[in-house]
Amino acid sequence: METPLTRNIPTNGDGPLNLKGYEKAGGYESLRKALHMPPADVTELVKKANLKGRGGAGFPTGTKWSFVPMGKDAPHPKYLVANADEMEPGTFKDRLLLEGDPHQLIEGMIVAAYAVQADIAYIFLRAEYTLAAERLSKAIAEAYENHHLGKNILGSTYSFEMHLHVSAGRYMCGEETGLLNALEGKRANPRSKPPFPQVSGLWGKPTVVQNVETLCNVPHIVNNGPDWFKSLSHTADGGTKLYGVSGKVKHPGLWELPMGTTIREILEEHAGGMRDGVKFRGLLPGGASTDFLTGEHLDVRMDFTEVQKAGSRMGTGTMIVLDDHTCPVGMLSNLEHFFAQESCGWCTPCWSGLNWAARILGTMEEGRGQPQDLEKLEFQTKFNAPGHTFCALAPGAMEPLQSALKYFREDFERHISEHRCPWK
Amino acid sequence: MLTPEERQEIEAEFPHYPNKRAVCLDAMKVIQRHRGWVSDESLRDLGEILDMTADELDGVATFYNLVFRKPVGRHIVLICDSVSCWIMGYEKLCQRLTSRLEVNLGGTTADERFTILPIVCLGTCDHAPVMMVDNDLYRDVDPDKIDEVIEKYK
Repeated sequence: METPLTRNIPTNGDGPLNLKGYEKAGGYESLRKALHMPPADVTELVKKANLKGRGGAGFPTGTKWSFVPMGKDAPHPKYLVANADEMEPGTFKDRLLLEGDPHQLIEGMIVAAYAVQADIAYIFLRAEYTLAAERLSKAIAEAYENHHLGKNILGSTYSFEMHLHVSAGRYMCGEETGLLNALEGKRANPRSKPPFPQVSGLWGKPTVVQNVETLCNVPHIVNNGPDWFKSLSHTADGGTKLYGVSGKVKHPGLWELPMGTTIREILEEHAGGMRDGVKFRGLLPGGASTDFLTGEHLDVRMDFTEVQKAGSRMGTGTMIVLDDHTCPVGMLSNLEHFFAQESCGWCTPCWSGLNWAARILGTMEEGRGQPQDLEKLEFQTKFNAPGHTFCALAPGAMEPLQSALKYFREDFERHISEHRCPWK
Repeated sequence: MLTPEERQEIEAEFPHYPNKRAVCLDAMKVIQRHRGWVSDESLRDLGEILDMTADELDGVATFYNLVFRKPVGRHIVLICDSVSCWIMGYEKLCQRLTSRLEVNLGGTTADERFTILPIVCLGTCDHAPVMMVDNDLYRDVDPDKIDEVIEKYK
Protein backbone atom coordinates (compact mmCIF):
# COMPACT_ATOMS: atom_id res chain seq x y z
CA MET A 1 0.00 0.00 0.00
CA GLU A 2 1.45 3.34 -1.04
CA THR A 3 1.48 6.28 1.34
CA PRO A 4 2.75 9.21 -0.72
CA LEU A 5 1.72 11.94 1.73
CA THR A 6 3.45 10.53 4.78
CA ARG A 7 6.35 8.53 3.32
CA ASN A 8 8.96 11.13 4.31
CA ILE A 9 7.57 11.78 7.76
CA PRO A 10 9.83 10.37 10.47
CA THR A 11 8.03 8.15 12.95
CA ASN A 12 10.85 8.24 15.51
CA GLY A 13 10.32 11.86 16.53
CA ASP A 14 13.12 13.25 14.33
CA GLY A 15 12.64 16.58 12.60
CA PRO A 16 11.50 16.77 8.96
CA LEU A 17 13.75 16.41 5.92
CA ASN A 18 15.64 19.54 4.95
CA LEU A 19 15.64 20.64 1.33
CA LYS A 20 18.64 18.49 0.44
CA GLY A 21 17.17 15.38 2.05
CA TYR A 22 13.80 16.07 0.51
CA GLU A 23 15.30 16.35 -2.97
CA LYS A 24 17.26 13.15 -2.41
CA ALA A 25 13.95 11.41 -1.67
CA GLY A 26 12.61 12.62 -5.02
CA GLY A 27 11.30 15.96 -3.83
CA TYR A 28 10.81 18.96 -6.16
CA GLU A 29 10.74 16.61 -9.18
CA SER A 30 7.14 17.61 -9.86
CA LEU A 31 8.16 21.26 -9.89
CA ARG A 32 10.87 20.60 -12.47
CA LYS A 33 8.34 18.67 -14.53
CA ALA A 34 5.55 21.23 -14.22
CA LEU A 35 7.78 24.14 -15.24
CA HIS A 36 8.15 22.46 -18.64
CA MET A 37 4.40 22.05 -19.09
CA PRO A 38 1.78 24.61 -20.16
CA PRO A 39 0.00 25.70 -16.92
CA ALA A 40 -3.39 24.51 -18.20
CA ASP A 41 -1.97 20.98 -18.56
CA VAL A 42 -1.12 20.90 -14.85
CA THR A 43 -4.71 21.87 -14.00
CA GLU A 44 -5.93 19.19 -16.40
CA LEU A 45 -3.89 16.51 -14.62
CA VAL A 46 -5.38 17.49 -11.27
CA LYS A 47 -8.88 17.48 -12.78
CA LYS A 48 -8.39 14.04 -14.29
CA ALA A 49 -7.02 12.69 -11.01
CA ASN A 50 -10.33 13.67 -9.37
CA LEU A 51 -8.59 15.30 -6.44
CA LYS A 52 -11.22 16.72 -4.09
CA GLY A 53 -10.54 19.37 -1.47
CA ARG A 54 -9.44 17.83 1.84
CA GLY A 55 -10.52 20.74 4.01
CA GLY A 56 -13.97 19.23 4.40
CA ALA A 57 -16.15 20.42 1.55
CA GLY A 58 -14.68 18.08 -1.06
CA PHE A 59 -14.90 20.53 -3.96
CA PRO A 60 -12.98 19.26 -7.04
CA THR A 61 -9.60 21.01 -6.95
CA GLY A 62 -8.89 21.17 -10.69
CA THR A 63 -12.32 22.66 -11.33
CA LYS A 64 -11.65 25.35 -8.74
CA TRP A 65 -8.41 26.27 -10.48
CA SER A 66 -10.13 26.44 -13.87
CA PHE A 67 -12.24 29.40 -12.61
CA VAL A 68 -9.13 31.58 -12.28
CA PRO A 69 -8.79 34.15 -15.09
CA MET A 70 -5.83 33.24 -17.29
CA GLY A 71 -3.95 34.84 -20.17
CA LYS A 72 -2.37 38.22 -20.65
CA ASP A 73 -5.47 40.19 -19.70
CA ALA A 74 -5.87 38.41 -16.35
CA PRO A 75 -5.54 40.68 -13.31
CA HIS A 76 -2.29 40.44 -11.34
CA PRO A 77 -1.00 39.76 -8.77
CA LYS A 78 -2.91 36.53 -8.37
CA TYR A 79 -2.73 34.79 -5.03
CA LEU A 80 -2.56 31.26 -3.69
CA VAL A 81 -3.34 30.62 -0.02
CA ALA A 82 -2.68 27.43 1.91
CA ASN A 83 -5.34 27.11 4.58
CA ALA A 84 -3.36 25.81 7.57
CA ASP A 85 -5.83 27.17 10.11
CA GLU A 86 -6.73 23.68 11.30
CA MET A 87 -9.27 24.31 14.07
CA GLU A 88 -12.21 22.01 13.35
CA PRO A 89 -12.74 20.20 16.67
CA GLY A 90 -11.48 16.65 16.48
CA THR A 91 -9.21 17.35 13.49
CA PHE A 92 -5.47 16.78 13.69
CA LYS A 93 -4.30 15.82 10.22
CA ASP A 94 -2.72 18.96 8.73
CA ARG A 95 -0.53 19.35 11.81
CA LEU A 96 1.26 16.13 10.81
CA LEU A 97 1.89 17.32 7.25
CA LEU A 98 3.03 20.79 8.37
CA GLU A 99 5.39 19.56 11.06
CA GLY A 100 6.45 16.36 9.32
CA ASP A 101 7.20 17.41 5.74
CA PRO A 102 7.07 21.19 5.17
CA HIS A 103 8.80 20.97 1.78
CA GLN A 104 6.02 18.74 0.45
CA LEU A 105 3.53 21.55 1.13
CA ILE A 106 5.82 24.19 -0.36
CA GLU A 107 6.33 22.10 -3.50
CA GLY A 108 2.59 21.51 -3.81
CA MET A 109 1.99 25.23 -3.45
CA ILE A 110 4.52 26.22 -6.13
CA VAL A 111 3.09 23.70 -8.59
CA ALA A 112 -0.50 24.76 -7.84
CA ALA A 113 0.51 28.39 -8.17
CA TYR A 114 2.20 27.70 -11.48
CA ALA A 115 -1.00 26.06 -12.78
CA VAL A 116 -3.04 29.20 -12.10
CA GLN A 117 -0.06 31.51 -12.71
CA ALA A 118 -0.21 33.01 -9.23
CA ASP A 119 2.44 35.49 -8.17
CA ILE A 120 2.23 35.49 -4.39
CA ALA A 121 1.35 32.88 -1.76
CA TYR A 122 0.51 32.94 1.90
CA ILE A 123 0.49 30.02 4.28
CA PHE A 124 -2.27 30.94 6.74
CA LEU A 125 -1.21 29.13 9.91
CA ARG A 126 -2.99 29.05 13.25
CA ALA A 127 -1.00 30.64 16.06
CA GLU A 128 -0.91 27.59 18.32
CA TYR A 129 1.01 25.52 15.74
CA THR A 130 4.32 26.92 16.96
CA LEU A 131 6.47 23.97 15.87
CA ALA A 132 4.97 24.09 12.39
CA ALA A 133 5.70 27.84 12.20
CA GLU A 134 9.34 27.25 13.05
CA ARG A 135 9.75 24.43 10.54
CA LEU A 136 7.87 26.20 7.73
CA SER A 137 9.92 29.39 8.18
CA LYS A 138 13.09 27.37 7.89
CA ALA A 139 11.86 25.46 4.84
CA ILE A 140 10.70 28.62 3.05
CA ALA A 141 14.11 30.22 3.66
CA GLU A 142 15.83 27.12 2.25
CA ALA A 143 13.57 27.18 -0.79
CA TYR A 144 14.47 30.82 -1.47
CA GLU A 145 18.20 30.11 -1.06
CA ASN A 146 17.99 27.34 -3.63
CA HIS A 147 15.89 29.30 -6.16
CA HIS A 148 12.80 27.16 -5.66
CA LEU A 149 11.08 30.40 -4.68
CA GLY A 150 11.62 33.97 -5.77
CA LYS A 151 12.56 35.30 -9.18
CA ASN A 152 13.03 32.87 -12.09
CA ILE A 153 12.40 29.64 -10.22
CA LEU A 154 15.01 26.99 -11.15
CA GLY A 155 16.11 29.14 -14.08
CA SER A 156 12.63 29.35 -15.62
CA THR A 157 10.69 32.48 -16.51
CA TYR A 158 8.26 31.81 -13.62
CA SER A 159 8.58 33.88 -10.44
CA PHE A 160 6.68 33.32 -7.23
CA GLU A 161 6.84 34.72 -3.68
CA MET A 162 5.77 32.92 -0.50
CA HIS A 163 4.98 34.32 2.95
CA LEU A 164 4.03 32.69 6.23
CA HIS A 165 1.13 34.42 8.02
CA VAL A 166 0.64 33.32 11.60
CA SER A 167 -2.91 34.09 12.71
CA ALA A 168 -4.13 35.16 16.14
CA GLY A 169 -6.82 32.55 16.70
CA ARG A 170 -10.47 32.26 15.68
CA TYR A 171 -12.29 29.33 14.04
CA MET A 172 -13.89 31.66 11.48
CA CYS A 173 -10.47 32.30 9.91
CA GLY A 174 -10.62 28.81 8.42
CA GLU A 175 -13.69 29.78 6.37
CA GLU A 176 -12.42 30.65 2.89
CA THR A 177 -13.63 34.26 2.70
CA GLY A 178 -13.19 34.93 6.43
CA LEU A 179 -9.59 33.89 5.92
CA LEU A 180 -9.19 36.48 3.16
CA ASN A 181 -10.47 39.24 5.45
CA ALA A 182 -8.13 38.05 8.21
CA LEU A 183 -5.17 38.23 5.83
CA GLU A 184 -6.16 41.77 4.88
CA GLY A 185 -5.95 42.73 8.56
CA LYS A 186 -9.69 42.80 9.22
CA ARG A 187 -12.19 40.91 11.36
CA ALA A 188 -12.65 37.47 9.81
CA ASN A 189 -16.30 37.94 8.81
CA PRO A 190 -17.35 35.98 5.73
CA ARG A 191 -17.87 37.68 2.37
CA SER A 192 -20.93 37.12 0.23
CA LYS A 193 -20.43 35.02 -2.88
CA PRO A 194 -20.35 35.72 -5.79
CA PRO A 195 -17.85 37.03 -6.60
CA PHE A 196 -15.94 33.88 -5.78
CA PRO A 197 -12.37 34.26 -4.52
CA GLN A 198 -10.97 32.69 -7.70
CA VAL A 199 -12.16 35.83 -9.51
CA SER A 200 -12.03 38.44 -6.74
CA GLY A 201 -10.29 37.36 -3.54
CA LEU A 202 -7.40 38.90 -1.62
CA TRP A 203 -7.37 42.66 -2.19
CA GLY A 204 -9.84 42.08 -5.03
CA LYS A 205 -7.46 39.90 -7.02
CA PRO A 206 -7.94 36.29 -8.21
CA THR A 207 -7.19 33.96 -5.29
CA VAL A 208 -7.17 30.21 -4.81
CA VAL A 209 -7.49 28.91 -1.25
CA GLN A 210 -6.68 25.25 -0.64
CA ASN A 211 -6.36 23.05 2.40
CA VAL A 212 -2.89 21.78 3.33
CA GLU A 213 -3.63 18.10 2.63
CA THR A 214 -5.06 18.98 -0.78
CA LEU A 215 -1.91 20.86 -1.79
CA CYS A 216 0.34 18.06 -0.53
CA ASN A 217 -1.32 15.69 -3.03
CA VAL A 218 -0.44 17.87 -6.02
CA PRO A 219 3.26 16.92 -6.48
CA HIS A 220 2.39 13.21 -6.48
CA ILE A 221 -0.29 13.66 -9.14
CA VAL A 222 2.11 15.57 -11.38
CA ASN A 223 4.88 13.00 -10.84
CA ASN A 224 2.85 9.83 -11.24
CA GLY A 225 -0.20 10.81 -13.27
CA PRO A 226 -3.96 10.73 -12.74
CA ASP A 227 -4.35 6.99 -13.33
CA TRP A 228 -1.85 6.15 -10.60
CA PHE A 229 -3.59 8.61 -8.26
CA LYS A 230 -6.98 7.05 -8.90
CA SER A 231 -5.54 3.57 -8.39
CA LEU A 232 -4.61 4.50 -4.79
CA SER A 233 -8.28 4.76 -3.92
CA HIS A 234 -10.97 2.15 -3.26
CA THR A 235 -13.63 4.41 -4.76
CA ALA A 236 -14.14 7.09 -7.43
CA ASP A 237 -12.61 9.93 -5.35
CA GLY A 238 -8.90 9.75 -6.10
CA GLY A 239 -5.91 9.27 -3.82
CA THR A 240 -5.17 8.37 -0.25
CA LYS A 241 -6.68 10.10 2.78
CA LEU A 242 -5.43 10.92 6.24
CA TYR A 243 -7.95 9.32 8.59
CA GLY A 244 -7.93 9.87 12.32
CA VAL A 245 -9.80 8.59 15.35
CA SER A 246 -10.16 10.26 18.76
CA GLY A 247 -12.28 9.30 21.75
CA LYS A 248 -12.30 6.17 23.91
CA VAL A 249 -10.78 3.72 21.45
CA LYS A 250 -7.77 1.54 22.26
CA HIS A 251 -5.33 3.32 19.95
CA PRO A 252 -6.38 6.83 18.93
CA GLY A 253 -4.29 7.98 15.98
CA LEU A 254 -3.88 9.10 12.40
CA TRP A 255 -3.23 6.91 9.35
CA GLU A 256 -2.78 7.45 5.62
CA LEU A 257 -5.04 4.88 3.94
CA PRO A 258 -6.67 4.38 0.56
CA MET A 259 -9.55 6.81 0.01
CA GLY A 260 -12.76 4.89 0.62
CA THR A 261 -11.48 2.69 3.46
CA THR A 262 -14.48 1.56 5.52
CA ILE A 263 -15.29 3.09 8.88
CA ARG A 264 -15.10 -0.40 10.36
CA GLU A 265 -11.54 -0.97 9.18
CA ILE A 266 -10.39 2.42 10.49
CA LEU A 267 -12.14 1.98 13.81
CA GLU A 268 -11.45 -1.69 14.48
CA GLU A 269 -8.16 -2.47 12.74
CA HIS A 270 -6.29 0.79 12.99
CA ALA A 271 -7.75 2.31 16.16
CA GLY A 272 -7.98 -1.12 17.81
CA GLY A 273 -11.70 -0.94 18.61
CA MET A 274 -13.25 0.43 21.78
CA ARG A 275 -11.41 0.45 25.09
CA ASP A 276 -12.29 -2.40 27.41
CA GLY A 277 -15.50 -1.74 29.31
CA VAL A 278 -16.95 0.89 26.97
CA LYS A 279 -19.31 0.38 24.07
CA PHE A 280 -19.54 2.21 20.75
CA ARG A 281 -22.61 4.39 20.28
CA GLY A 282 -21.81 6.57 17.30
CA LEU A 283 -19.29 8.87 15.69
CA LEU A 284 -18.86 12.15 13.92
CA PRO A 285 -17.04 11.03 10.76
CA GLY A 286 -15.08 14.17 9.96
CA GLY A 287 -14.90 16.78 12.68
CA ALA A 288 -17.46 18.60 14.78
CA SER A 289 -19.59 19.86 11.92
CA THR A 290 -20.66 16.52 10.50
CA ASP A 291 -23.75 14.40 11.22
CA PHE A 292 -23.52 11.42 13.59
CA LEU A 293 -23.31 7.96 12.13
CA THR A 294 -24.07 4.88 14.21
CA GLY A 295 -23.44 1.12 14.33
CA GLU A 296 -25.51 0.51 11.20
CA HIS A 297 -23.05 2.63 9.18
CA LEU A 298 -19.79 0.87 10.00
CA ASP A 299 -19.41 -0.58 6.51
CA VAL A 300 -19.75 2.81 4.85
CA ARG A 301 -16.66 3.73 2.85
CA MET A 302 -15.06 6.97 3.92
CA ASP A 303 -15.13 9.18 0.84
CA PHE A 304 -17.05 12.29 -0.11
CA THR A 305 -19.81 10.45 -1.97
CA GLU A 306 -20.44 7.39 0.20
CA VAL A 307 -20.59 9.16 3.55
CA GLN A 308 -23.05 11.64 2.07
CA LYS A 309 -25.27 8.77 0.96
CA ALA A 310 -25.28 7.58 4.58
CA GLY A 311 -26.60 10.97 5.68
CA SER A 312 -23.43 12.69 6.81
CA ARG A 313 -20.25 14.16 5.33
CA MET A 314 -16.69 12.88 5.35
CA GLY A 315 -15.56 16.38 6.33
CA THR A 316 -11.94 16.28 7.42
CA GLY A 317 -11.90 12.48 7.77
CA THR A 318 -10.96 12.59 11.45
CA MET A 319 -13.61 10.78 13.49
CA ILE A 320 -14.76 11.55 17.00
CA VAL A 321 -16.18 8.52 18.77
CA LEU A 322 -19.09 8.66 21.21
CA ASP A 323 -19.13 5.82 23.75
CA ASP A 324 -21.78 4.65 26.22
CA HIS A 325 -20.00 6.23 29.20
CA THR A 326 -20.24 9.67 27.60
CA CYS A 327 -23.47 11.67 27.66
CA PRO A 328 -24.66 12.58 24.14
CA VAL A 329 -26.43 15.69 25.45
CA GLY A 330 -23.24 16.76 27.21
CA MET A 331 -21.30 16.19 24.01
CA LEU A 332 -23.79 18.30 22.05
CA SER A 333 -23.67 20.97 24.71
CA ASN A 334 -19.89 21.10 24.33
CA LEU A 335 -20.13 21.24 20.52
CA GLU A 336 -22.80 23.95 20.37
CA HIS A 337 -20.99 26.01 22.99
CA PHE A 338 -17.96 25.91 20.70
CA PHE A 339 -19.92 27.00 17.63
CA ALA A 340 -21.79 29.74 19.50
CA GLN A 341 -18.52 31.10 20.88
CA GLU A 342 -16.80 31.02 17.49
CA SER A 343 -19.70 32.57 15.54
CA CYS A 344 -18.42 35.85 14.14
CA GLY A 345 -21.74 37.60 14.79
CA TRP A 346 -22.16 38.71 11.19
CA CYS A 347 -25.57 37.15 10.48
CA THR A 348 -28.51 36.75 12.83
CA PRO A 349 -29.51 33.09 12.48
CA CYS A 350 -25.98 32.13 13.52
CA TRP A 351 -25.21 34.43 16.44
CA SER A 352 -28.69 34.25 17.82
CA GLY A 353 -29.57 30.67 17.01
CA LEU A 354 -26.34 29.02 18.08
CA ASN A 355 -26.37 30.76 21.43
CA TRP A 356 -29.97 29.74 21.92
CA ALA A 357 -29.20 26.11 21.10
CA ALA A 358 -26.12 26.09 23.34
CA ARG A 359 -28.11 27.49 26.27
CA ILE A 360 -30.92 25.00 25.90
CA LEU A 361 -28.44 22.13 25.87
CA GLY A 362 -26.52 23.51 28.83
CA THR A 363 -29.75 23.87 30.81
CA MET A 364 -30.80 20.35 29.85
CA GLU A 365 -27.48 18.96 31.13
CA GLU A 366 -28.17 20.68 34.45
CA GLY A 367 -31.53 18.94 34.72
CA ARG A 368 -33.66 21.99 33.97
CA GLY A 369 -34.79 21.00 30.47
CA GLN A 370 -38.42 21.50 29.40
CA PRO A 371 -40.48 19.20 27.15
CA GLN A 372 -40.75 21.93 24.48
CA ASP A 373 -36.94 22.23 24.29
CA LEU A 374 -36.70 19.45 21.73
CA GLU A 375 -38.99 21.36 19.41
CA LYS A 376 -36.93 24.50 19.93
CA LEU A 377 -33.76 22.65 19.06
CA GLU A 378 -35.40 21.20 15.98
CA PHE A 379 -36.49 24.68 14.97
CA GLN A 380 -32.87 25.82 15.20
CA THR A 381 -31.68 23.05 12.90
CA LYS A 382 -34.07 24.42 10.26
CA PHE A 383 -33.50 28.11 11.05
CA ASN A 384 -29.75 27.61 10.53
CA ALA A 385 -30.01 25.33 7.50
CA PRO A 386 -27.82 25.95 4.44
CA GLY A 387 -28.95 29.03 2.54
CA HIS A 388 -30.13 30.87 5.64
CA THR A 389 -26.71 32.07 6.72
CA PHE A 390 -23.71 33.84 5.18
CA CYS A 391 -21.31 30.95 5.56
CA ALA A 392 -21.19 27.27 6.47
CA LEU A 393 -20.45 27.70 10.19
CA ALA A 394 -24.03 27.55 11.47
CA PRO A 395 -25.28 24.88 9.04
CA GLY A 396 -22.24 22.84 10.07
CA ALA A 397 -23.08 23.37 13.72
CA MET A 398 -26.55 21.96 13.11
CA GLU A 399 -25.28 18.70 11.60
CA PRO A 400 -24.30 16.97 14.85
CA LEU A 401 -27.42 18.40 16.55
CA GLN A 402 -30.00 17.28 14.00
CA SER A 403 -28.51 13.78 13.84
CA ALA A 404 -28.21 13.49 17.63
CA LEU A 405 -31.89 14.40 17.95
CA LYS A 406 -32.59 11.55 15.56
CA TYR A 407 -30.30 8.83 16.93
CA PHE A 408 -30.13 9.70 20.64
CA ARG A 409 -33.61 11.13 21.18
CA GLU A 410 -34.31 8.94 24.18
CA ASP A 411 -31.28 10.36 25.95
CA PHE A 412 -32.56 13.90 25.45
CA GLU A 413 -36.01 12.83 26.72
CA ARG A 414 -34.52 11.19 29.81
CA HIS A 415 -32.69 14.40 30.71
CA ILE A 416 -35.99 16.24 30.62
CA SER A 417 -38.20 13.67 32.35
CA GLU A 418 -35.66 12.76 35.07
CA HIS A 419 -34.60 16.41 35.62
CA ARG A 420 -30.94 15.35 35.63
CA CYS A 421 -28.15 14.06 33.46
CA PRO A 422 -28.27 10.25 33.80
CA TRP A 423 -24.47 10.13 33.30
CA LYS A 424 -23.69 12.31 36.32
CA MET B 1 5.55 55.10 22.92
CA LEU B 2 6.60 52.05 20.97
CA THR B 3 10.27 51.20 21.47
CA PRO B 4 12.68 51.42 18.52
CA GLU B 5 12.93 47.64 18.68
CA GLU B 6 9.16 47.21 18.41
CA ARG B 7 8.99 49.68 15.53
CA GLN B 8 11.77 47.86 13.74
CA GLU B 9 10.07 44.49 14.13
CA ILE B 10 6.75 45.93 12.90
CA GLU B 11 8.38 47.57 9.89
CA ALA B 12 10.08 44.26 9.07
CA GLU B 13 6.57 42.90 8.36
CA PHE B 14 5.74 45.53 5.71
CA PRO B 15 7.38 43.74 2.74
CA HIS B 16 5.11 40.72 3.29
CA TYR B 17 1.90 42.63 2.45
CA PRO B 18 0.75 45.13 -0.18
CA ASN B 19 -0.44 47.69 2.39
CA LYS B 20 0.13 48.72 5.99
CA ARG B 21 -3.28 47.75 7.31
CA ALA B 22 -2.65 44.08 6.61
CA VAL B 23 0.27 44.21 9.03
CA CYS B 24 -1.93 45.15 11.99
CA LEU B 25 -2.26 41.67 13.51
CA ASP B 26 1.42 40.92 13.17
CA ALA B 27 2.13 44.33 14.70
CA MET B 28 -0.14 43.68 17.67
CA LYS B 29 1.63 40.37 18.18
CA VAL B 30 4.99 42.17 18.17
CA ILE B 31 3.74 44.47 20.91
CA GLN B 32 2.34 41.52 22.82
CA ARG B 33 5.64 39.67 22.59
CA HIS B 34 7.38 42.61 24.24
CA ARG B 35 4.75 43.71 26.75
CA GLY B 36 2.57 40.68 27.30
CA TRP B 37 -0.59 42.50 26.18
CA VAL B 38 -1.84 45.34 23.99
CA SER B 39 -2.93 48.47 25.85
CA ASP B 40 -5.08 51.36 24.60
CA GLU B 41 -1.94 53.46 24.44
CA SER B 42 -0.16 50.86 22.33
CA LEU B 43 -3.09 50.82 19.91
CA ARG B 44 -2.90 54.61 19.57
CA ASP B 45 0.85 54.47 18.92
CA LEU B 46 0.41 51.63 16.45
CA GLY B 47 -2.35 53.52 14.65
CA GLU B 48 0.12 56.30 13.86
CA ILE B 49 2.48 53.87 12.15
CA LEU B 50 -0.25 52.04 10.22
CA ASP B 51 -2.47 55.04 9.40
CA MET B 52 -5.37 53.49 11.29
CA THR B 53 -7.40 54.79 14.20
CA ALA B 54 -7.17 53.11 17.58
CA ASP B 55 -10.84 52.17 17.22
CA GLU B 56 -10.24 50.43 13.93
CA LEU B 57 -7.39 48.50 15.50
CA ASP B 58 -9.50 47.62 18.52
CA GLY B 59 -12.20 46.31 16.19
CA VAL B 60 -9.67 43.89 14.76
CA ALA B 61 -8.00 43.06 18.08
CA THR B 62 -11.24 42.06 19.81
CA PHE B 63 -12.08 39.55 17.09
CA TYR B 64 -9.05 37.37 17.74
CA ASN B 65 -8.77 35.00 20.69
CA LEU B 66 -5.05 35.42 21.15
CA VAL B 67 -4.72 39.21 21.15
CA PHE B 68 -4.84 40.19 24.81
CA ARG B 69 -6.41 43.56 25.60
CA LYS B 70 -5.88 43.10 29.34
CA PRO B 71 -2.68 42.42 31.28
CA VAL B 72 -1.88 38.71 31.57
CA GLY B 73 0.48 36.61 33.68
CA ARG B 74 4.07 35.74 32.79
CA HIS B 75 2.94 32.42 31.34
CA ILE B 76 -0.18 31.65 29.33
CA VAL B 77 -1.88 28.31 29.93
CA LEU B 78 -4.20 27.29 27.11
CA ILE B 79 -6.43 24.39 28.01
CA CYS B 80 -8.35 22.72 25.19
CA ASP B 81 -12.09 22.56 25.92
CA SER B 82 -13.21 21.13 22.56
CA VAL B 83 -15.05 17.90 22.05
CA SER B 84 -12.33 15.20 21.99
CA CYS B 85 -10.65 16.63 25.07
CA TRP B 86 -14.05 16.98 26.75
CA ILE B 87 -14.70 13.27 26.16
CA MET B 88 -11.23 12.37 27.45
CA GLY B 89 -11.34 14.32 30.69
CA TYR B 90 -11.10 18.05 30.13
CA GLU B 91 -13.40 18.84 33.05
CA LYS B 92 -11.26 17.02 35.60
CA LEU B 93 -8.08 18.55 34.21
CA CYS B 94 -9.57 22.02 34.27
CA GLN B 95 -10.83 21.61 37.80
CA ARG B 96 -7.41 20.37 39.04
CA LEU B 97 -5.60 23.18 37.30
CA THR B 98 -7.84 25.97 38.52
CA SER B 99 -7.89 24.71 42.09
CA ARG B 100 -4.12 24.11 42.11
CA LEU B 101 -3.48 27.66 40.88
CA GLU B 102 -6.39 29.15 42.85
CA VAL B 103 -7.77 31.04 39.89
CA ASN B 104 -10.81 30.74 37.65
CA LEU B 105 -10.68 30.05 33.94
CA GLY B 106 -9.87 33.36 32.26
CA GLY B 107 -8.12 34.72 35.34
CA THR B 108 -4.55 35.52 36.37
CA THR B 109 -2.91 34.13 39.50
CA ALA B 110 -2.28 36.57 42.36
CA ASP B 111 1.49 36.31 41.81
CA GLU B 112 0.97 37.09 38.10
CA ARG B 113 2.70 33.87 37.20
CA PHE B 114 -0.09 32.32 35.11
CA THR B 115 -3.15 33.29 33.09
CA ILE B 116 -5.39 30.31 32.30
CA LEU B 117 -7.53 30.46 29.18
CA PRO B 118 -9.78 27.94 27.47
CA ILE B 119 -8.79 27.33 23.85
CA VAL B 120 -10.50 25.66 20.90
CA CYS B 121 -9.27 22.30 19.60
CA LEU B 122 -5.47 22.22 19.54
CA GLY B 123 -5.32 19.60 16.80
CA THR B 124 -3.78 16.81 18.88
CA CYS B 125 -7.00 14.92 19.55
CA ASP B 126 -5.40 11.46 19.51
CA HIS B 127 -3.51 12.56 22.64
CA ALA B 128 -6.38 14.21 24.52
CA PRO B 129 -6.57 15.86 26.95
CA VAL B 130 -4.19 18.52 25.72
CA MET B 131 -2.92 21.87 26.96
CA MET B 132 -0.23 24.40 26.12
CA VAL B 133 1.94 26.53 28.34
CA ASP B 134 3.42 29.38 26.31
CA ASN B 135 4.79 27.64 23.20
CA ASP B 136 4.99 24.17 24.74
CA LEU B 137 2.40 21.51 23.96
CA TYR B 138 1.45 18.91 26.59
CA ARG B 139 -0.34 15.78 25.39
CA ASP B 140 -2.13 12.99 27.27
CA VAL B 141 -2.09 15.22 30.34
CA ASP B 142 -2.66 13.34 33.58
CA PRO B 143 -4.63 15.64 35.92
CA ASP B 144 -2.88 14.00 38.88
CA LYS B 145 0.53 15.02 37.54
CA ILE B 146 -0.31 18.63 36.80
CA ASP B 147 2.28 19.86 39.30
CA GLU B 148 5.10 18.48 37.16
CA VAL B 149 4.05 20.79 34.35
CA ILE B 150 3.36 23.82 36.53
CA GLU B 151 6.74 23.65 38.28
CA LYS B 152 8.61 24.16 35.04
CA TYR B 153 7.35 27.73 34.76
CA LYS B 154 8.44 30.35 37.28
